[in-house]
Amino acid sequence: MTTVSSASPALTGNDPANRLYGPLPDVSGEAGYAEDHPARVGFFTDTSVCIGCKACEVACKEWNTLPMDDADGNRDAMGLSGMSYDNTGMLGANSWRHVAFVEQSRAVDLPMPTVGLPGAGAEGAGRHGESQAPGDAHATSHGGNADGGLTAQASVLNVEALSEFDPQTGHSADREIRWLMSSDVCKHCTHAACLDVCPTGALFRTEFGTVVVQQDICNGCGYCVPACPYGVIDQRKDDGRVFKCTMCYDRLTDGLQPACATACPTQSIQFGDLDELQARADARLATLKEQGVETARLYGRDEDDGVGGAGAFFLLLDEPEVYGLPPDPIVTTRDLPSMWKHAVGGAVMVVGVALSAILGSRKGLRR
Amino acid sequence: MTEGLATPGAGWRRADGPPAQAREKKRRRGGRRGGARDGDPTVEEAEFTSYYGRPIIKPPVWKTPDVPLYLFLGGAAGTSAVLGAIADVTGRPALTRAAHYTAGGSALASVAWLIHDLGRPARFLHMLRVIKPTSPLSVGSYILAPFSALAAGTAGIQLLDAFPGLQKFGLRRIAGWFPGLRKVAGTASAVFGGPMTTYTAVLLANTAVPSWHEPYKELPFVFAGSGMAAGGGICMAFTPVAEAGPARKMAVAGAAVELAAMHKVEHDHGIVSEPYHLGRAGTLMKAAKACTAGGAGLTVVAGRTRAGAVVSGALLAAGSLLTRFGVFDAGMASARDPKYTVVPQRERLEARNAQAAEGEARAVTR
Repeated sequence: MTTVSSASPALTGNDPANRLYGPLPDVSGEAGYAEDHPARVGFFTDTSVCIGCKACEVACKEWNTLPMDDADGNRDAMGLSGMSYDNTGMLGANSWRHVAFVEQSRAVDLPMPTVGLPGAGAEGAGRHGESQAPGDAHATSHGGNADGGLTAQASVLNVEALSEFDPQTGHSADREIRWLMSSDVCKHCTHAACLDVCPTGALFRTEFGTVVVQQDICNGCGYCVPACPYGVIDQRKDDGRVFKCTMCYDRLTDGLQPACATACPTQSIQFGDLDELQARADARLATLKEQGVETARLYGRDEDDGVGGAGAFFLLLDEPEVYGLPPDPIVTTRDLPSMWKHAVGGAVMVVGVALSAILGSRKGLRR
Repeated sequence: MTEGLATPGAGWRRADGPPAQAREKKRRRGGRRGGARDGDPTVEEAEFTSYYGRPIIKPPVWKTPDVPLYLFLGGAAGTSAVLGAIADVTGRPALTRAAHYTAGGSALASVAWLIHDLGRPARFLHMLRVIKPTSPLSVGSYILAPFSALAAGTAGIQLLDAFPGLQKFGLRRIAGWFPGLRKVAGTASAVFGGPMTTYTAVLLANTAVPSWHEPYKELPFVFAGSGMAAGGGICMAFTPVAEAGPARKMAVAGAAVELAAMHKVEHDHGIVSEPYHLGRAGTLMKAAKACTAGGAGLTVVAGRTRAGAVVSGALLAAGSLLTRFGVFDAGMASARDPKYTVVPQRERLEARNAQAAEGEARAVTR
């Protein structure tokens, strides 16, 4: 890649190589690594199979020796959030994985029971055919079906497909209850605002395409904290420096997987080469859609999004903000060239006003 | 099904429902400093979803009063350095003296506050390890470092010149060079003075904090105006009225720019402008406007009398200081409430989807 000056895009806004914003095929190469750098790695967090066990949180704390904190990030404090099973509360300096728990319900009109009414069978077959008796559908799916109940899944209505095959959904009278559980983590953005705004160079892009803080460099200016559009990175108050997920940089360099992905018992957290994970996620999304899970969507997968695609992306079952994720994050540095131009305009105005104020005043009115 | 599967979210709602969400809203609005209180004017309560009312982005860890004071002092120092250098070249000794002392003193104090705000103050020199145009704080360090050195140096020379008793260690021998040195150093500091005044606006705007990022086009002019009002006001107060004409003019012009640009910040950005009207930020902004407008008015009416100059100068400086605290507070409040993150992003997303759908429809009909 031919780059003339590292100064140019941020100041001029002329950014044909997408160094501030937009898709970037080789993020490590752009950061200056030689051609033979390792492939970009990432996390694919499939929340549809997350069981909320928090093994990832524990493994992360253990491996990275993170201190204890409460749901509001207060160090060495034990506190319950008082809102759900989630007492981690948020990502922060001491929690680099955070499992969100959302209990949801919705009203459902259960199909009228048609068992024992032979006449009604033919009528209802079009719509509720397979679910004539709820027990029947159950028997097919959990019976000795070679295809694992796929035929049953494809032929029942969406609601029933969800309740039948989604382990996180259950019935209670006319209400349906489901638990959304999602293990959140640093997104290791293609265009990482924290990295862009760091004045000391403490935050850097690794050869794996991840974003890591060098703790011997960070001087605790705190600029990365409000710059992150996801609210990931935070400062340890007593220490002064900032901390966030390193995607276990130390393990990666030794050929190991990150602690959280290793500990995850359901393969909700998958680690690997990013392009491979993306293909896997696309396939998983297609399967879920086929099974009638209409609300499934990928988050952070799109390279055309506001951060140029995330290194850690998610399969969600509801809108991102339900999980505490921003619906349309944009790296703040996208607008930086325009900001600099307006700042220069303001500075020129100061000099202009001062000049005209002095030249417009008569000198020496002293008596 | 009562709620169709075609609806987004397929009818799923938080199970603990409206009571819990009302509690969250109450906590978000009243429970924290700087938040809205009952009776505050609001645009209208927007519908949005959040994770138990928790903030999405992290509020800045920058401390009050460190950072607002830094913004104020940097602005006052930058503009008075520019004023001082031009006054020096055009031969206005009293105004030069006041401007150089203001610039030097404020510059040193602003550096102290900035270093005090660091999590690891001993590592402040790490700021000069690299230079990064993508980081306003890095660029700002390379503005602040030479500016504060030059402005403090200029003020030092001025001090030596004014008090010959200080000329020790052979300094008396080069005393003849002082006026020339002062002009050179003063002019050099003035070159950095303008950027020093406005880069801090980019520092705030280049974050994910909604109420700082959205008005990024106006904020540099708010800070430039506010800096001129403060710098002009302070210089005016410390200069004999006969020679303070330029300071008065700069102060009044600065106040006008500050009020006009701030009006745009407070009204042109929909829901993101809201924090500037609510809670403590709203109070600070109201007080700032009163001080700035009052100070500018008084300058015009009574700026040519000693007492009038001192009072209006103090008012203008107070207005500038309150503006910095108000802008800082509004940003903090907007970061703490997920509403200001979710609602604008949702609107942006929906506008984009509508546009895409429209384009698709056009392609189909064609």
